[in-house]
Amino acid sequence: MRLPCPLCGERDSGEFTYRGDATVVRPDPASPGAKEAFHAFVHLRDNPAGWHKEHWYHSDGCRSWIVVERNTLTHEVRGAVTAAAHTLARREAASGGKSSDDGSNEAPEADA
Amino acid sequence: MRYSALSIVTNALSGNRNWKPVWREPEPKAEYDVVIVGGGGHGLSTAYYLAKEFGITNVAVVEKGWLGSGNIGRNTTIVRSNYGLPGNTPFYEFSLKLWEGLEQDFNYNAMMSQRGVLNLFHSDGQRDAFARRGNAMRLEGVDAELVDQAAVRKMYPFLDFDNARFPIQGGLLQRRGGTARHDAVAWGYARGADSRGVDLIQNCEVTGFVIEGGVFKGVETTRGTIKAKKVGVAVAGSTTRVMHKTGLRLPIESHVLQAFVTEGLKPFLDGVVSFGVGHFYISQSDKGGLVFGGDLDGYNSYAQRGNLPMIEHVCEAGMSLMPAIGRARILRNWGGVMDMTMDGSPIIDKTPIDGFFLNCGWCYGGFKATPASGFCFAHLIAREEPHPVAVAYRLDRFEKGYLLDEERTGAQPNLH
Repeated sequence: MRLPCPLCGERDSGEFTYRGDATVVRPDPASPGAKEAFHAFVHLRDNPAGWHKEHWYHSDGCRSWIVVERNTLTHEVRGAVTAAAHTLARREAASGGKSSDDGSNEAPEADA
Repeated sequence: MRYSALSIVTNALSGNRNWKPVWREPEPKAEYDVVIVGGGGHGLSTAYYLAKEFGITNVAVVEKGWLGSGNIGRNTTIVRSNYGLPGNTPFYEFSLKLWEGLEQDFNYNAMMSQRGVLNLFHSDGQRDAFARRGNAMRLEGVDAELVDQAAVRKMYPFLDFDNARFPIQGGLLQRRGGTARHDAVAWGYARGADSRGVDLIQNCEVTGFVIEGGVFKGVETTRGTIKAKKVGVAVAGSTTRVMHKTGLRLPIESHVLQAFVTEGLKPFLDGVVSFGVGHFYISQSDKGGLVFGGDLDGYNSYAQRGNLPMIEHVCEAGMSLMPAIGRARILRNWGGVMDMTMDGSPIIDKTPIDGFFLNCGWCYGGFKATPASGFCFAHLIAREEPHPVAVAYRLDRFEKGYLLDEERTGAQPNLH
């Protein structure tokens, strides 16, 4: 498996450290229902069988956090952006901006 | 048919032409008392104990593929109960006790072999942690021995004791641990359940659940809708995919764990040994192949295969521990899909849906738990209250903060 680092190009997956689902967002601790929201943030996952947006850290490379879109059924990779760009796109989508990518995983395929 | 020495001799004399299939292939009935989703080790043992211990025989097991087609046939066959947390130790010890009587109980040769499980330690700190775990086990009545380097040298003289980075100081030994023949466990439970009236329905995929007003009514399958009073889901790596049909989100990620077997060798390693470093564990099968594995690849996967960096890592760990295996050639390697929970411990619990029970989150440790998992899940389904040794495996423990983190690594499934 090779991952396309946006800064270094395609590299062996052994250079990277995995963090997990990049679509969960840390809730505001001051918001109402923060307790339940933090439980969901820390523990609950969509765990899709299919396309998955996930955080990887290029620990043996440029040491950037990146968001890779990878298929959990085939290990096929179809793109990667820096975590910063991913967060910006999500914020723009949340504020009704122009980005069409809201940062979420596609719905898991029922019979995938 | 009950297997005995006489049945083997008489069938041998008639050229082994008269053996009968050990389970039926029934059509699904319209309605059952209990439907178990998943015909793997845990689903089959649940059905077996429902029928045998709790008197519920109007049961169907529905399986998408063939019986035992998942992790029960893809593991490294190790059986042990060397757990240190109060919520875990009694459960795994209950499981080991069931293993010890299993073959007599279901009249099937599961090749249970209590050859001993030795976890090596390599530093003073690790020795103290193992001593603590051994003491916790002994407090629960489980056998555990802290053995020193001289004792390990006597058992396995070919280990690399004086490794410059990870010298072997000793180990925590559980003599009652060992291995069992994984497929035979599934077949034995399947045969035992079938002979007590359980319908084992293969090639029958669950496509949805009939739930009315928060109450479970039936399962929709590729072979029609099956009504039932209760359902138990035990589908391991597919848990999220199956439970997605109910809308329930779970504290689970599916990860891939690889395992390996070498060509057959002469008897060389008579127990199970684990390296306390990069993580590596090994035993020798009765056919002679060295069966070994390591850690998860570390990323979400449903692919049932892993990648080369982990293969290299596991083989390097093996070479560090026992350089003698360096010339053995690997015959096969494979991957299994693990339902990794956020604290590394399983879930056996009711769900918010009435009549709907869930058994999942076995991480990479489901094989040794097969008997107790089935027994406790059957207890929960039959009596609607948890078995005393499985009370810690609650679904709401993540929300309430009662985590069972045996590895003490936090809510990070790939580190357990």
